[in-house]
Amino acid sequence: MALIELTGIERVFQLGDSEVHALTALDLSIGAGEYVAVMGPSGSGKSTLLNLLGLLDRPNAGSYRLEGRDVTTLSPDEQARVRSERIGFVFQSFHLVPRLTAAENIALPMTLAGIPLKERNTRVARALSGFGLENRADHRPDQLSGGQRQRVAIARATIMQPALILADEPTGNLDRHTGEEVVNLLEVLNASGVTLLVVTHDQAMGARARRQLVMEDGRLKHDSGQNAHAPA
Amino acid sequence: MRLPDVLRFARDAATGCPMRTTLSVLAMSIGVAAVVILTALGDGARRYVVGQFSSIGTNLVIVLPGRSGTGGFNPANAITTTPRDLTVDDAAALRRASAVSRLAPLTVGTSEISFGGRLREIIVAGSTSDFIPIRNFELAQGRGLPEEDWNRGSSVAVIGSKIREELFGNEPAVGQLIRVGDRRLRIVGVLKPVGQGLGMNTDELVIVPVSLAQAMFNSNTLFRILVEAKSREAIPEAKEQVMDILKQRHRGEEDVTVITQDAVLATFDKLLGALTLGVAGIAAISLAVAGILVMNVMLVAVTQRTGEIGLLKALGATARTILLAFLAEAAMLSTVGAIVGYLLGQLGAFGLRQAFPVFPAYPPDWAVIAGLSTALITGLLFGVMPARRAARLDPVQALMKH
Repeated sequence: MALIELTGIERVFQLGDSEVHALTALDLSIGAGEYVAVMGPSGSGKSTLLNLLGLLDRPNAGSYRLEGRDVTTLSPDEQARVRSERIGFVFQSFHLVPRLTAAENIALPMTLAGIPLKERNTRVARALSGFGLENRADHRPDQLSGGQRQRVAIARATIMQPALILADEPTGNLDRHTGEEVVNLLEVLNASGVTLLVVTHDQAMGARARRQLVMEDGRLKHDSGQNAHAPA
Repeated sequence: MRLPDVLRFARDAATGCPMRTTLSVLAMSIGVAAVVILTALGDGARRYVVGQFSSIGTNLVIVLPGRSGTGGFNPANAITTTPRDLTVDDAAALRRASAVSRLAPLTVGTSEISFGGRLREIIVAGSTSDFIPIRNFELAQGRGLPEEDWNRGSSVAVIGSKIREELFGNEPAVGQLIRVGDRRLRIVGVLKPVGQGLGMNTDELVIVPVSLAQAMFNSNTLFRILVEAKSREAIPEAKEQVMDILKQRHRGEEDVTVITQDAVLATFDKLLGALTLGVAGIAAISLAVAGILVMNVMLVAVTQRTGEIGLLKALGATARTILLAFLAEAAMLSTVGAIVGYLLGQLGAFGLRQAFPVFPAYPPDWAVIAGLSTALITGLLFGVMPARRAARLDPVQALMKH
């Protein structure tokens, strides 16, 4: 069974009088544990796809099955639960809460999910050491370097042990060297079995993925994994 | 999200924007402080007046010469143009009334007192031995006026504490001979200092027997007759009996006015109670304004933190969690504002009491409770709207604002 199954997805935005088809007749299947890069020019629908997969947005038509369950018809609260338990986000501009420390930012998804403090503390401590942030636990985001911030963000994305990590240009705001580190980190996570979907402009980074999707005008132009489909 | 986490999150959010938080706390605290201070003023005025009236004496019925205008036009008044005076004999006749426990005629005039070359203007009150207990005066030294025939006053006087101080200093006053007008009087007692009492400063009073005062001022009329009823319940009866007796003695004419202290007190109490309520209403408006300010602050907070709300939603926060977090923040702002305002208000009332010691500026309990609960309720009520707006934000739209 595929982790993600999209069939006939349409997403239309109303811009003044004109309708913009951000996604048109999209069919896509991604297996558990895959490493997928989504590429394409600006406005090709990459981000819209990512938002749909992350349940931040709803399609106008079509169905989205996550782990065999139709999630498009869920109520907002049920979708929030799915986001909380199954999906982790990594954003280009990190999206850390500026007034919270690194440790508190990492713990935020668990706090929102109502996990007890003791459990939170052990998991945050493990994550901090796992991402090499032991000495940065009490630092606020503005006291951290870009690479450290993205590591905090990745730690936060994985703290709930999701099945799927969605990364939107995770290296976009980082220099080459730091970007490399962050990608390595994501690939290690993927190696441990987490499904990884990265939206990127960077050809080199896209090439590292085992499967490349190229989008154009809301359609899937190229899918390198079409033939070697869903091995896991 | 667990409750302690919600509270901590809201606290951090509030302290994360010190300026915004300070402003709304300030608004709320000024509102609450206004309620506390204004009602303290209003209620203080009420208590002050009531206190002044009760200090005159208890269960008092006061007889004034002349008809008060409240009875409307009376043909009898039109014919007899001058009302009959109140006399000492009128007062003596009132002793027959069964509902009366004791009474004191009162005549008042100004004169001069001299002792050892020192001269001073004073108010002379001519009365009888019961005057001092009826008016609740207390003696510091000596005794009061002697019990004697009301028409044969002995040459004695009871003086106020200020007069004693000014004329005698540290020397004993009781037993000394003084001159009042053209009479030589022996001081038999000194009153305890009581301060201002309804325009008549008792500390500067000289009390002499009523017939002596009448002779001094060359008149045989009375200024007032103070009648003490046997009990609070007997006041209306006493009033009626007094009226009947005087009417009989004045050939059927109701040419006196009888007022009861209770009636005056109740009127003032009602008036000043209304005043306090009015003041409380003004204060309530300032509280509502404070509530609207909190709403504005929360709306700004929602707008400023749209991106954060989007992030929280992406991280799995439900609409309810967001609603709770913002409500908790609004509740915290108004609670802290209410507490700060309460303390400020009490401080202000304390300052008022320090500045005007005679003025009992204590905020009434109902005002404090109403002020605090209105602050909390308006804070929460006005916090609901922004919180709902935050909770309903579309996660994608919200995230793009980050």
